[in-house]
Amino acid sequence: MNTLFSLFLFFIGLPVVLMVALHWFRRQRSMRNRIEFGFKCFLILCACIAIFTTIGIVLSVLFEAIRFFQIVPLTDFLFGLEWSPQTAIRADQVGSSGAFGAVPLFTGTFLITLIAMVIAVPLGLLSAIYLSEYASSKVRAIGKPVLEILAGIPTVVYGFFAALTVAPLIRNHASGFGFDVASESALAAGLVMGIMILPFISSLSDDVINAVPQALRDGSLGLGATHSETIKRVVLPAAFPGIVGSILLAISRAIGETMIVVMAAGLAANLTANPFHSVTTVTVQIVTLLVGDQEFDSPKTLAAFALGITLFVITLVLNVIALKVVKKYKEQYD
Amino acid sequence: MSFKENQEYQTVGNAFSDDPMITCRNVDVFYADKQAIFDVSLDIAKNEVLAMIGPSGCGKSTFLRCLNRMNDTIDICRVSGEITLHNENIHSRETDVVYLRARVGMVFQKPNPFPKSVYENVAYGPRLHGLAETKSDLNEIVESSLRRAGLWKEVKDRLEQAGTGLSGGQQQRLCIARAIAIQPEVILMDEPCSALDPIATSVIEELIDELKQQYSICIVTHSMQQAARVSQRTAYFHLGKLIEIGLTDDIFTHPVHELTEGYITGRFG
Amino acid sequence: MNVESTIKRTIAGRYRKERRFQQMGMISMVIGMMFLLWLLVTIVQDATSALRQTLVAVDISLDEDNFDQPINKASIKSASFGKMIKKSLRKDFPDVKKRKDKKQLYKIVSNGAEYAIRDSIIESPELIGTTHRFWVFADDEIDMLMKGLIDRNIEEGNRRVSDKTISWVDELVAEGRVETRFNWTFFTSGDSRDPELSGIWGAMKGSIFTILITMLLALPIGVAAAVYLQEFAPKNRFTDLIEVNINNLAAVPSIIFGLLGLAILINYFGLPRSVPMVGGMVLALMTLPTVIISSRTALAAVPPSIREAALGVGASRVQMILHHVLPLAAPGILTGSIISLARALGETAPLLVIGMVAFIVDIPTGPDSPSTVLPVQIYLWADSPERAFVERTSAAILVLLIVLVSINGLTAMLRNKVERRW
Ligand SMILES: Nc1ncnc2c1ncn2[C@@H]1O[C@H](COP(=O)(O)OP(=O)(O)OP(=O)(O)O)[C@@H](O)[C@H]1O
Ligand SMILES: [Mg+2]
Repeated sequence: MNTLFSLFLFFIGLPVVLMVALHWFRRQRSMRNRIEFGFKCFLILCACIAIFTTIGIVLSVLFEAIRFFQIVPLTDFLFGLEWSPQTAIRADQVGSSGAFGAVPLFTGTFLITLIAMVIAVPLGLLSAIYLSEYASSKVRAIGKPVLEILAGIPTVVYGFFAALTVAPLIRNHASGFGFDVASESALAAGLVMGIMILPFISSLSDDVINAVPQALRDGSLGLGATHSETIKRVVLPAAFPGIVGSILLAISRAIGETMIVVMAAGLAANLTANPFHSVTTVTVQIVTLLVGDQEFDSPKTLAAFALGITLFVITLVLNVIALKVVKKYKEQYD
Repeated sequence: MSFKENQEYQTVGNAFSDDPMITCRNVDVFYADKQAIFDVSLDIAKNEVLAMIGPSGCGKSTFLRCLNRMNDTIDICRVSGEITLHNENIHSRETDVVYLRARVGMVFQKPNPFPKSVYENVAYGPRLHGLAETKSDLNEIVESSLRRAGLWKEVKDRLEQAGTGLSGGQQQRLCIARAIAIQPEVILMDEPCSALDPIATSVIEELIDELKQQYSICIVTHSMQQAARVSQRTAYFHLGKLIEIGLTDDIFTHPVHELTEGYITGRFG
Repeated sequence: MNVESTIKRTIAGRYRKERRFQQMGMISMVIGMMFLLWLLVTIVQDATSALRQTLVAVDISLDEDNFDQPINKASIKSASFGKMIKKSLRKDFPDVKKRKDKKQLYKIVSNGAEYAIRDSIIESPELIGTTHRFWVFADDEIDMLMKGLIDRNIEEGNRRVSDKTISWVDELVAEGRVETRFNWTFFTSGDSRDPELSGIWGAMKGSIFTILITMLLALPIGVAAAVYLQEFAPKNRFTDLIEVNINNLAAVPSIIFGLLGLAILINYFGLPRSVPMVGGMVLALMTLPTVIISSRTALAAVPPSIREAALGVGASRVQMILHHVLPLAAPGILTGSIISLARALGETAPLLVIGMVAFIVDIPTGPDSPSTVLPVQIYLWADSPERAFVERTSAAILVLLIVLVSINGLTAMLRNKVERRW
């Protein structure tokens, strides 16, 4: 199906487009007009790359995923509780006994995202509030760039730090309190991911908070509210939709984040809500399934695409909602 | 510049009162390096309405905002001189801004209801300051404030609807109700009727008349008729200077300063 | 009830809350800052030791009978320098008799030592027939021991270096035959299984090729798309669709682009795995939306008066854009694009998926030769068990961060320099 569709695209779609373009080209009278027309066509083509990319993602990833679902039923994938793709390589086990049940991956992703959000949302929001409402211009001049640096650090660096510094630290301290901590605990990955997301949330909410009109603040202050009362009772409620939008964007980012979890979360698909245990995530499994030699027919490889399309759909939905909410919010105060 | 050269000027008329609520002495206001108010001294007496008139940009709002230190919220704004409320300097270190602003309420030039329900808008101040002990106390405060602002009839069936959904004039009256809900001693009104139709305007003017029994009111207006109707005294500002101040009747019938006369007779402004 | 007294009664508590709220904000910001500091300090601390490397002096007797006759380049190349090193070590430590101990002894010098010696003999064959002192790399574990990263005081069983080895090394140190020097290898060689022989140059070159491809693709296409959307596009369903697409693509997880590259570029078009060309294409698709968005912002900032002026003197729309709008928007477009490219430079996940994680020793020579990139190299080393890779990983991170910071700093400078106020 994949091939057929692309063949269609290349051998029927493209010539039609070219012919139409040529026709219009001939109709242009002067040389100058022809050049301009050609230029414009080039521009349109470039603008369409974004669409091609989306179509490409959907086609390629979706069709590989469909091939996977021909081997493993969709319901087994979505609701199965056991994930062990390695054992499923053996021919007699293909598609059998729920080895591709992705629920543990979803819960693992959810657990780490949740930990990250518990850290990032309050810290990010409060530092945004502090920077935009309280900090003197000097503090702002230092604080903002520092948070930007935090946002600019490659995720592989966070992953390294999580695995080599944070995880052992948590393990040592928590075992002191009698907790049983896995060396690749969800907590370490989630914590570091939270710090990674923090600047993202703080810069988005900064925009949102600054969009709240000064007149509203004046109204509250003029009634004798303290600064924090004004923030808590007027600014934040007014900015609420925008903040929700930014949190959704941040969640989508946390779900799709790969390197931190690949390096600091485990591979074991445990179905647990204990942050001291090791869990695995959708992105970790995509990477582990695809790194190394792959054959494109084995369900093991195809499973990565099934996970990929799931990830794509979830993040897309989150993004669409978030962008809509933020846009609406911004219009409200324009 | 011409400002600096004739910085020394003499306000025409008697700016002072025997029984002042607020006194201002030699107030200067700067936005960064730009001076917006020049050496203004005046008193606001108890139970009086003082109208401030003058051409756009002459510093009326700026001066008004000094009186409850709203200018603190503008980073580049600097105020010097002495302003007292009940003989206490409001710019001194000990002064509590929150308390000051609760005592000196403000209605802004543009209506700025909070994006909350009508009820919550009015209940906002009493809640902050803990003025209502029970829910029914609060209901009472909300109702009486809305009544006095002449809004109760229109909104009594939709107290839960968003305050931002009201019409411009209703919003402004909501803001007035919000301000009087905490029973301030002084109310500063910055062109409260600029967005209102004549009927709503007359409601507000009646309200002002009623409020002056208890409060002192300082109102900025561009309407000379309004100033004449509601105020006992009028102050005329020009380019940041207090040119003339006196009883409203005197100012409008025989202005002394030529600038005042020019403004009142409509030669500019 | 008296309003004034009520207000006064509660006001202290309200101010306390105010202070607490402000403190919470400050603490949040400081936590972010402290984390950054912690991360940087940890990495810099670990990285500094990677800048130095331990060398051991071995005296090799280059007797002619070690080489095939006649002595030429080929016979030098085929000579067994490994044996010569071992012989020299046996001579230095005549007491070591047992096979097992000897094996341990030989492991003091790096696996790469014989090749280093061979190369210097090829360069100066006149050394043959003499006994010459060569400084060769110590094994990574000796290196760790010398840098104090392996603790001598812990129990032997828990330590990667045995007591015997430590005594030999101490002997060598006493003879002045152990030295640490600046670690050039780290900056000039490719990956290796032996930490002491590994370097980042291969990955750096891979990164350079990859990012060049990304730039060549994403910049023109992105700018062209932005010009179309900002200057020409009519407001209709189709352009709306493009807009929505771009905004959403900008937020798609990067690993999805890896899947796209794997399925289409590698599986469907049969392009090779592990090459910068494919990596560059994938990263180009990934950065395209952000390049388009930032370029549009830059174009939108050009005031309409300039467009009108150009059109007024009879320029066509295309001329107006090429001659007037683009040059004015160029600094903004450039800074925005460079920042997106810097992001791409630090990207790892999609490249793992398209196979740029292979173990590659050779320095890549072009965008079509197998290679890895710096972030992936960091990932690979971070995964390696040897203690010595930790410092190298940190050093590689430091290099990456320095590159990113300088790129961002340069962009900021560029922005300040050419910033236009209309
Ligand atoms: N936030 C500010 N920053 C800088 N300058 C300001 C600011 N607010 C007001 N000004 C300046 O101070 C001067 C007085 O402004 P103000 O708003 O007090 O005038 P106004 O008399 O209230 O005018 P209007 O009748 O139009 O409301 C003006 O020249 C204005 O430009
Ligand atoms: Mg004003």
